[in-house]
Amino acid sequence: MNVKQTANLLGQVAARSVAAVVLLAGLALNAHAADPIKIGAVAPKTGPLAGGATVTQWPNIEMWVKEVNARGGLNMKDGQRMLELIEYDDKTNPGEHMKAVQRLATQDKVDFIVAPYGTGFNVAAAPIYAKYGYPQIAVSAISDKMDELTSRYPSLFFTLGTTTAFVNGVKDILVGMRDAGKIGNKIAMVNVADAFGIELAEAARPIFKDAGFELVYDKSYPLGTPDLSPIMKGAKAAAPDAFVAWSYPPDTFGLTEQAIIEDLDVGAFYTAVATCFPAFGQKFGSKIDGVFGAGGVNPDTDKMKAYFARHKELTGKDADYWASANTYVSLQILEQAIEGVGEVDRNAVTQYIKDNTFDTIMGDIKFENQVSHKYWTVGQWQDGVFRGVASSNMEGAAEIKEKSGWN
Amino acid sequence: MSRKEVVPLLIGVVLVVVAALVPYVANGYWLSIALTAMMYIALSTSWALFSGPTHYISLASGAFFGVGGYLVATGMSDYNQSFWLMMAISALVATVLAGLIGLATLRLSGVYFVIFTLGLAEMIRNLVSWVQNNFLGSRGLYVLTDFTEAHIYWMLLAVATAVFIFGWLIDRSRLGFALKIIGNDETVARHVGINTAWTKVILFMSTGFFAALVGAIIAPRYSYIEPNLVFSPELSFLVVIMALLGGTHRLWGPLVGVIPFTLIWEAISIWIPNFTTLFLGLAFLTIVYFIPNGFVGLFEKLRAKSRSWQ
Repeated sequence: MNVKQTANLLGQVAARSVAAVVLLAGLALNAHAADPIKIGAVAPKTGPLAGGATVTQWPNIEMWVKEVNARGGLNMKDGQRMLELIEYDDKTNPGEHMKAVQRLATQDKVDFIVAPYGTGFNVAAAPIYAKYGYPQIAVSAISDKMDELTSRYPSLFFTLGTTTAFVNGVKDILVGMRDAGKIGNKIAMVNVADAFGIELAEAARPIFKDAGFELVYDKSYPLGTPDLSPIMKGAKAAAPDAFVAWSYPPDTFGLTEQAIIEDLDVGAFYTAVATCFPAFGQKFGSKIDGVFGAGGVNPDTDKMKAYFARHKELTGKDADYWASANTYVSLQILEQAIEGVGEVDRNAVTQYIKDNTFDTIMGDIKFENQVSHKYWTVGQWQDGVFRGVASSNMEGAAEIKEKSGWN
Repeated sequence: MSRKEVVPLLIGVVLVVVAALVPYVANGYWLSIALTAMMYIALSTSWALFSGPTHYISLASGAFFGVGGYLVATGMSDYNQSFWLMMAISALVATVLAGLIGLATLRLSGVYFVIFTLGLAEMIRNLVSWVQNNFLGSRGLYVLTDFTEAHIYWMLLAVATAVFIFGWLIDRSRLGFALKIIGNDETVARHVGINTAWTKVILFMSTGFFAALVGAIIAPRYSYIEPNLVFSPELSFLVVIMALLGGTHRLWGPLVGVIPFTLIWEAISIWIPNFTTLFLGLAFLTIVYFIPNGFVGLFEKLRAKSRSWQ
């Protein structure tokens, strides 16, 4: 083989290689059109908040991804694109959480991220979401500092309400019952001595007082205390007309159990977080008929009926009667905003969320200064369903049912 | 200074410069890992300064870390104080606290001390909640600053560097010499006239000081502070295990424990997320059964062997 032949051969090889590369690139481009949209999610699967997250957060993400993919993906300008979910456990630890969000943003290069679970985690992760421009539609985050937070982080949205709104919801219910002559004006109030419980109790003291109520019992108990019977005995001894507990999941169950044992005779009984869990209804059955709690839903609309059925069918679990629906709504908003923009342009999607109204299972949702003011604040167990009885701008609040003992 | 001292010093300076450049080359993810590693380098090295020579296992890192984070959050959120002032106050408070605890417990023999420090973080967490609940009230503690992760990383690097300089100075001082004697035989130390209790208390106070500084610096990263997030018992155990894994009889020992541990921890979190606790246990067993003097001890043993063959 002389030099010319060699050169010729090399030339041919080179030409074929180029052709092959072009062909491959073409394939890659074609493949790119059908590439899935990567969705990241970080929330607790272990640690103290895992109990709540596995009821409220994870099943809705699973359900949403399944639903979207079952109909062929999201409708984008360049055709339909499926969703690919990448999920990490933050172990209920803010440091781990932030590492995982950074991993999603820079290693996995996900297109969108589902907002975290828990107030602290939403606040802690907000700078990272803002840095990479991910829209963050926070659900399980209740704060009285929303204005400051949203002006600091332009891609952060709130949907579940403020601390003050929750206390006011309870106050309105109690005032209504008092004015109707169903209860007197003596309230026994207890709270879990942890950030959330202390904050709510602090907000409630002046609000109850201004509404003309008398706090005949005001005590706190440490987070995770196994024995709540002294608290309930003390409350009973104060002979209140209403009992209000700013409580977390384990003590919501514990206090209710003690109230049944002690046969606490009050016209209104309220426990905060987890009263809306299906497990609460299953555990106490008809005994807790008439009990109030944080949250609520209107289960009678067609959309909500369909949502509960699909949730059970796709995840095998029952949705809770509060933030489950809000979590799903946040994903609907994200979905409609992505489809509205038609491409993976996060800044455009964030702007779209600010500018538009969204058709969701909880009705039309619109953000004012990045905050949605449509949410339930108080619900009540009525014949095995936890119905919303007080809300901010929600329709279909149920009539309050009078509580008659613990049977 | 002799040549033997200058060389490690130069290596140290080069390492600090290299570490300071990390935020310019690492992306957000690697920076957040480097930040975690830097946090544990500062905590473990300062822990080893006390526990290495004295053999007192302190599980109080989480308590002092929590004091730092919590005071910064309270001061900034409820009293509108500056971050820097609160950082200084929290370090001071933790140092005094460590001094009091040291005086109360370090005269006791080792095991009582371990048990007491184990309960300390939990005790302070409950105390803080109690005070907040009965006297201060709470509207959620927010630490909103304009610090980026790079800023926080550099602050931690500064603390880690300070720990190393402090350790180096201690090693050359009468105090360091006294500590080594206490570690070898406390009775002998007492007989030659060393005030063993005070020597231990002073070193223990230094671990409180540095752990509170680290906690204070991490607070803006967490942004929202709840007592049960910053007073974490897991942190205390991680600090101990990383330090022992590296080796506590050399100043740079914890450093070589922290870096591989952080990377393996991260890899496990990604690939087999529920096995981090198992890994923690395995690391502890490895230390107890195979490398009681850590990686450094292993390395030194291998080097001694290879020398004896020559």
